[in-house]
Amino acid sequence: MSANTPLIEARRLVKKYGDKVAVNGIDLTVSAGEVFGLLGPNGAGKTTTILMLLGLTEPTSGTARVGGLDPTRDPLAIKRRVGYMPDAVGFYEDMTARENLRYTAALNEVPEDEVEDRIQNFLEEVGLADAADNPVGTFSRGMRQRLGVADALVKDPKVVILDEPTASIDPQGVAEMLELIRNLAHRDGRAVLLSSHLLHQVQEICDRIAIFVSGKVVAEGTPAELGARLARGQARFEIVADTSSDRLREALGADATVEGADGRWQVTIPSEQSKSLFRRLVDADIPVRGLVDLNADLDEIYRRYFQREEVKA
Amino acid sequence: MTATTFDTWVRKRPAWAVIARKEFADHLLSARFIALLVIMGLVALATVYSAAVELRDVAPQATGQPGLFLQLFTVATDTLRLSFLQFIGFLAPILGIAYGFDAVNGERSQGTLPRLVSQPIHRDDVINGKFVAGLGIVGLTVVIVAVMVAGLGIFLLGVVPTGSELVRLVSWSLAAIAYIGVWLAFATFCSVVTRRAATSAMVSIGVWLVLAIFGSMIFELVAGIVSPVNPADPYSELDNLRTQISLSRLSPITLYQEASTVLLSPHVRTVNIVTLEQLDRAIVSRLTFGQSLLLVWPQLVGMVAATVVIFAIAYIRFMRQEVRA
Repeated sequence: MSANTPLIEARRLVKKYGDKVAVNGIDLTVSAGEVFGLLGPNGAGKTTTILMLLGLTEPTSGTARVGGLDPTRDPLAIKRRVGYMPDAVGFYEDMTARENLRYTAALNEVPEDEVEDRIQNFLEEVGLADAADNPVGTFSRGMRQRLGVADALVKDPKVVILDEPTASIDPQGVAEMLELIRNLAHRDGRAVLLSSHLLHQVQEICDRIAIFVSGKVVAEGTPAELGARLARGQARFEIVADTSSDRLREALGADATVEGADGRWQVTIPSEQSKSLFRRLVDADIPVRGLVDLNADLDEIYRRYFQREEVKA
Repeated sequence: MTATTFDTWVRKRPAWAVIARKEFADHLLSARFIALLVIMGLVALATVYSAAVELRDVAPQATGQPGLFLQLFTVATDTLRLSFLQFIGFLAPILGIAYGFDAVNGERSQGTLPRLVSQPIHRDDVINGKFVAGLGIVGLTVVIVAVMVAGLGIFLLGVVPTGSELVRLVSWSLAAIAYIGVWLAFATFCSVVTRRAATSAMVSIGVWLVLAIFGSMIFELVAGIVSPVNPADPYSELDNLRTQISLSRLSPITLYQEASTVLLSPHVRTVNIVTLEQLDRAIVSRLTFGQSLLLVWPQLVGMVAATVVIFAIAYIRFMRQEVRA
């Protein structure tokens, strides 16, 4: 299977709950060896989309294909090939990590002679080998999340879907989790689809991103592409300098807009002027202490998409 | 060969059996199982012991009298006022409730349900497996209690049960399991429709207590409305009684009491009202096991049917629920 074979495809997927539209006609393609991020606030329809891809809920209209199969018609075959870690993943508290994984393996009919090796491998992979025989009730939130990844991997899936894999774990745990996820795609060649509302993490590991707002994908692409598309010939910077907005406007010319206060200014200028920005600030004798490029920053992208959606609404 | 048929073809052990096995093991190792076994065991020992003491006093006259062994289970002594059968009838619902009330919402609150249904299994495997495991553990408890009680009876009375008495005891065990099955199905239903295990436990225990304590009162009240008693007409009184009995058979408690009484007492020949003229010149005799079984067949079928219907409703509700609900 080549690296570019699409393993997840969604076309015009729609899900309605009564009058409420949870997912409103989304298109997605995820290929092997790729980490794809669904980014959006809670309630934007990320989890509903994931459930439709898994065949756990039926789309109102539209089609989905996972590994070439239709989740509505072949849910069992899909669930055999897709590892899924739900949001706020839970385990049987009285059972050990290993026993929990054994149960999952039994439900997936992992051949008996492979079960123990496979479980041991994945526990080591997620760094839980030492705690493998402790009851899950004693685990921290971060350990549960990592066990969730091991649990999704037990069936050795081509496609891994992770719902909020980094929610509510500490920074050290997040770094380990992101490394783990990156390996799944880039080293092992699996297709990884993850959802998150945490921008920086998504930005760090995702090859491509879809921004979800109220059931719709408002933008899709690499983080850099998203930034460029939004800018529309405009570039945004943050300038840290003890000066006034009038002096900044004077220095940057009539095409620039200046916002902000108290020495932190957000300026928007035509893209072609980006290169000369710093020289012009220095020439105008503005005491610049810092200059930040906001264009590839997901925070900024996210904020602007939301503004736009709110204006439309 | 499509993917689905291929997958079914390679399946070795059905998924519901994997789930049932895990649930059964969980139950077996749980504090619940030990606690309930101790409670049921103590109740059984107390009732049978007190019955045995009373029976021993009359034993010399009763030598050779058939059916003595079974009286251990049916005799209500002055001290306890309730027989083994009646005590089990009152207490056994707690068994069904204990193994059913958190079947589905327990998985939900633990966050294991989404993980479970995303494995390559049908969604009904979850509820089927859990119900089978519940019935299994209930069956095990009933068998342990019955064997223990029979053993104690042999020891205290020195009477060895005959073949037909054993058959009656086994059939009673099955009737008791069917009775508890109704409550297991009801508790499972509660666990599907309520979000929290505590709510589900309260609802099922509430229904059980109302039926057990106020049941007869409610049926009397309703019967009084449906077929009122006219003091001038003795037949109206008879009708009222018949309505009461029919109504009370809506309750599994009545069905169980009638079925178990007849199954364990060969001399009981009817569960309905007997008038004096019907008794006139009747010969006192014992029914064969087949005849007793025939007498309470409707009760047994009723309990099984109630289990099936309640479980089916729980099943449908569960299948229609959203995973995240």
